[in-house]
Amino acid sequence: MPETYITRRKVVQFGLLAGLISTFISAIGMIALFHKREMISGALSMGQYFLFLPIAIMAYIAARQSKEKEAYLNGVLAGATAAIPILLLSLLGYYFDLRQFMPNVSDTLIHEILNFGQPFTVGAPLMLAASGLLGLIAAALSRMREDYRAAILQGLLWTSITATFSEIINDRIRAFFGRNVASLFFSSKALQPVTAVVLLIAISIYAYWNARNKEREEAILLEDVRAKKEPGKAQRYLKKGALFLLLLFLPLLLGTYLSEVSTNIGLYIIMGLGLNIVVGFAGLLDLGYVAFFAIGAYTVGILTSSTQGIASMTFWEALPIAVMASTTAGILLGTPVLRLRGDYLAIVTLGFGEIIRVLANSDLLKPYMGGAQGILNIARPSFFGVTLSKPEQIYYLVLAGIFIAWFISARLENSRLGRQWMAMREDEDVAEAMGINLINTKLLAFGIGAGLSGLAGAIFAAKLTSIFPHSFNLIISINILSLIIIGGMGSMPGVIVGAIALVGLPELLREFAEFRMLMYGALLIVMMLVKPEGLLPSTATLREFADEDEEEVPA
Amino acid sequence: MAMLEVNNVHTYYGHIHALKGISLTVKKGEIVTLIGSNGAGKTTTLRTISGLLRPRQGNVIFEGDDITKVPPHDLIYRGLAMVPEGRGIFARLTVLENLNMGAFSRSDKDGIKEDLEKVYTLFPRLKERRSQVAGTLSGGEQQMLAIGRALMSRPRMLLLDEPSMGLAPILVESIFETIVDINKKGTTVLLVEQNATMALGIAHRGYVLQTGEIVLSDDAKALAENEMVQKAYLGIE
Repeated sequence: MPETYITRRKVVQFGLLAGLISTFISAIGMIALFHKREMISGALSMGQYFLFLPIAIMAYIAARQSKEKEAYLNGVLAGATAAIPILLLSLLGYYFDLRQFMPNVSDTLIHEILNFGQPFTVGAPLMLAASGLLGLIAAALSRMREDYRAAILQGLLWTSITATFSEIINDRIRAFFGRNVASLFFSSKALQPVTAVVLLIAISIYAYWNARNKEREEAILLEDVRAKKEPGKAQRYLKKGALFLLLLFLPLLLGTYLSEVSTNIGLYIIMGLGLNIVVGFAGLLDLGYVAFFAIGAYTVGILTSSTQGIASMTFWEALPIAVMASTTAGILLGTPVLRLRGDYLAIVTLGFGEIIRVLANSDLLKPYMGGAQGILNIARPSFFGVTLSKPEQIYYLVLAGIFIAWFISARLENSRLGRQWMAMREDEDVAEAMGINLINTKLLAFGIGAGLSGLAGAIFAAKLTSIFPHSFNLIISINILSLIIIGGMGSMPGVIVGAIALVGLPELLREFAEFRMLMYGALLIVMMLVKPEGLLPSTATLREFADEDEEEVPA
Repeated sequence: MAMLEVNNVHTYYGHIHALKGISLTVKKGEIVTLIGSNGAGKTTTLRTISGLLRPRQGNVIFEGDDITKVPPHDLIYRGLAMVPEGRGIFARLTVLENLNMGAFSRSDKDGIKEDLEKVYTLFPRLKERRSQVAGTLSGGEQQMLAIGRALMSRPRMLLLDEPSMGLAPILVESIFETIVDINKKGTTVLLVEQNATMALGIAHRGYVLQTGEIVLSDDAKALAENEMVQKAYLGIE
């Protein structure tokens, strides 16, 4: 609990902020577009969900920071204040035609969403009541016992996720259990109301039970350690085995579309693991990482295309060459920039990334690399006579790539080389004084990182069978860097979480077109404010942030 | 025979002539101090010896070998360890991890263990705090850690860059006592210091550096009594 409690003024500010966010996303048309997608059939649309979400969050925060007696009052107050800007928009929209100034304020928004299909005189009090009630509920939640609250928050989170993706989940359940089973839970594209409630309760109970179990397990583990027993080794193997089996059969569960999404995520995981070596382990900021991805892809393209390039190898013959080519490129790039640090290094690598893309696009190399038309008819890989062409098949190629990248990263992290990287990341001069050869250490980081990117590029080329220069934009480098930061710098599990969040989610939210990037940006900002160390930080990063916290609170 | 010999070294930062022909020697078993005010070139001299800077002219001889062009990371394998200015500990690692990094150049596990115990005897505080994150140590403890880490490479000669920087007088005293201790156990020390009183108090011989040139060199005792040194560095009028 904070030592200083929130003032009334601050509560009103929180409420207004929430209201302004909601009003803004309404006015730009996001809410109306999202309203077309139902989350809970007949009860809640995605538009309504996002309209009220900021209000609930802000009321929750306000109540959390209040004195015990004032929590409910502050929750309601924040909720009700949040309604004011929304009501203002609603009022103006109801009596005037705002579309001259705000083309995205639609009739649907004003009448159906903001006024609940009622005239303004009825809709406005309803909106005020709804916001206030939501504030009250959020306040009640914030006052709950810690373990209950954590469980219910998890329940809400997972129910929201299920409801958001209910169309996809519904489709999968239908494929396996038939239309009848699916319609028990879902109405075409949304959750059934009863299912939603059941799901919320079930997940909350599970989360509660799970948290308690974990506590107990940790206690047992501690005893095991005291008694010098090998702690839960069999169980860990069991878990790993189960995960492996799940990954092996995942495409069967996912179907074509989700398998396609998974392979995209997987390619980013391979690249993320590679860049994590360069940035996370060795601390070298590389903004041109896409270059090695391009080199891997183009090498496979040039060597295997049946109509272009210089050879007609099979994918498996070209793959090691592609990895070697990108590793070499990594070392070549590394050599001139050995003396550069931090920002300077970032700028040079940025330039390198662009050079590769421009080369691929150039007329000079058109006979080999196809210029803007790219390389077509790249060979598909075949495996014991089976040609891998469907996403469900490519999935396994990507999975194997992830295993290789994971294995290399994990082995290196705790090796002698891993310690060299770590020392270099912390302080180059001191590392050198410790006897670490910075040249070798840097070049190995660049080379291995680039090699993994090349591996991803090779698979990418084989997956699409055609590649174009514009697929190798700066934005890919930025994305990979972002997913590492989101997941937690230097953390390998963080790369996977980051890739799912930054590559998977935007893919699944494709129908929301331009608002997707708005949400993506907002999510990044919020993430960095709330969890700057990343979702699954490495121990070293955790320590750093722990230190900063300690400094803030003088002992 | 001299263990370390610096012969007529000229070092530049771009166009700035930072060291204008420095020559000094350190004999085996000695503590030699290099004193001088801010910007006199003390750290530059150390960085030149340790290979972080390349001199345009002159050479550096360590145990008979010319090390002028030897890369910095090789020196530790030759028995020359440096404690950089501002300590430069690995703030996110624990004390023990820092000490183990100090032994990076070695692979004899038993010897490393032995030296770890020696460092712990020298600095009992480090043993108490061995699993603490180094960034959370106090300034004095960080300096102890930096020295302890350098000792983990079992050097024959230790280069110390301003170990008194930013420390309370009582801590400086204890650190300097430890330096004497280390020296008595057989490690030769080249100590760069701004705190001339303390440095001359423990050193055998000293050099006075002024704007990139050595203006005086003598026994430490004689230097402490020298009028010019007293005026300029010891604050005695």
